[in-house]
Amino acid sequence: MDSAPNRRRSAFASAFAALGFAFLALALYYALSGLSADTWDYSLPRRIKVLAGISLVAVSVGMSAVVFQTVAANHILTPGIMGLDSLYVFLQTLVIYFCGSGGLGEFAGPPQFVATVALMSGACALIFVLMFRRRDGSVYHAVLVGIVFGIAFEGMSKFMQVIIDPSEFSVLEGRMFASFNRINVGLLGISAAAVAAAALWMLPDFRNLDALTLGRSQSVALGVDYRRVVLKSILAVAVLTSASTALVGPVTFLGIIVASLARFIFPTYRHGVLVPGAILAGLCVLTFGMLVTERILNFAVPLGVVINFAGGIYFIYLMLKYRSL
Amino acid sequence: MIVLKNLSKKYRSSAVLDGVSASLPEGKITAFIGGNGAGKSTALNIISRLIPATSGTVEIDGVPLGAWKSRELAKRLTILSQNPFTPARLTVEELVEFGRFPHCNGRPGAEDRRMVEFAMECAGIADLRNRFLDELSGGQRQIAHIAMAVAQDTKYILLDEPLNNLDMNRAAKVMKLVRALARERGKSVVIVIHDINFVSFYADFVAAFKNGKLLYCGPADGAMSPRVLRGVYDMDIAVEERGGKKLCVYYE
Repeated sequence: MDSAPNRRRSAFASAFAALGFAFLALALYYALSGLSADTWDYSLPRRIKVLAGISLVAVSVGMSAVVFQTVAANHILTPGIMGLDSLYVFLQTLVIYFCGSGGLGEFAGPPQFVATVALMSGACALIFVLMFRRRDGSVYHAVLVGIVFGIAFEGMSKFMQVIIDPSEFSVLEGRMFASFNRINVGLLGISAAAVAAAALWMLPDFRNLDALTLGRSQSVALGVDYRRVVLKSILAVAVLTSASTALVGPVTFLGIIVASLARFIFPTYRHGVLVPGAILAGLCVLTFGMLVTERILNFAVPLGVVINFAGGIYFIYLMLKYRSL
Repeated sequence: MIVLKNLSKKYRSSAVLDGVSASLPEGKITAFIGGNGAGKSTALNIISRLIPATSGTVEIDGVPLGAWKSRELAKRLTILSQNPFTPARLTVEELVEFGRFPHCNGRPGAEDRRMVEFAMECAGIADLRNRFLDELSGGQRQIAHIAMAVAQDTKYILLDEPLNNLDMNRAAKVMKLVRALARERGKSVVIVIHDINFVSFYADFVAAFKNGKLLYCGPADGAMSPRVLRGVYDMDIAVEERGGKKLCVYYE
């Protein structure tokens, strides 16, 4: 039967196929173009490493952005914009401030990664749990406080950055922008495990998140354990965002780009559609961005800067469009 | 039956609800009336576990509210709150289908689809099924939300000012739908409402609130007296007989 729901379903299937095909084409072109017998052994593993990093970031940012927007009942905010990236920069600055750039080297690898993810996840969870204990579970207060915390972390980071040695600042500066080229291969496995665990943990609650689209009172009326679902989502979002940020660095506005693209291409409330849609959009955006920064801009600008520039402009556009938080 | 026992709600030092006790009859329409800030919506929100009471208890069919599992209670009691949130990219049919969520957890079967059709037909919005909610008027959206509550097929239906945004025609249709739910399907409907003539014509039972206390709790006919209405609204309201029902005249 050619009903409207059926037409939407087939439109979604076509969109998924188109996005999947686009990513496949972009990834193959990125991995194989320009390779010769001399460069094959060096370039191919490096490019595969970059694609692995892109896949991981696309999964974590795509899922965390869509889930966070549902929980916050706001399609403009993402964990990055809420200050999670500021927390990452703050932690990196803190290590360099107290231990020097040598401290980062000594503490590199899995221990630093695990410590960063744990600290960021813990701090986020603490902030949100404290917020939800007040105000009868209102998300709006948590959102506002998250932004205030983000500004506070940024201010404290700036303060330490003007005090530290310029050479140490240049080391820090390299960590303030996302780069897929300096991914530590040793961290890919542990990062993938963290992202997979958080994603699988969230998966059974996708339908509860669908109901959360209706807001707190309606979802409670439908029997959703609102407080449990919101807290679980926040914890999963904290782990997802922390894992990808600790791996490649902060990509503040990637979330808003992929979530908006997913909502535009797939006009539905269903998280079973929106989350994979956002992940596929992230894969396409990041792979296309890597091609542009490597092949056209010749590595002159890191991908993170390009994404933050484009996403920042889009964020301002959304702010002007909605004129509210 | 819904039983309120000495229910109180305080925000800091001010009591919004102050020791309210009542038993709301089954299979009837109970209207919560009173001025703004009298405590009607607060009572309704406590009954539907949207906000906690400061003290006192609510029992649903003899079981304290806190003892119910969320999903089980959602199969027995639903609420349509004031100004429900309206997500943009949601069709009318998808919204009404959400009413079946407690029964099917988002995977509707044949019985769920039948209830969704029934609810849309009852509410007269079957022709709007594929329209997005943000393309509808405020009144149409309100009726779509009421249809969702109907689709939930609960024994108790709580409606917080469901006539908001509705013109007279639609408001009367909603009240007729509410009456049909009570008379034909045995639903117990609790409705917060400001239009006392709708109360007089459609409600069976009235709980009248004033400053967080229950001023009157009994048959609707008894509430439609100048003395009770003066106590509730602090104004003189004449009551006339029209077609065997009492009509309140509050225009001068």
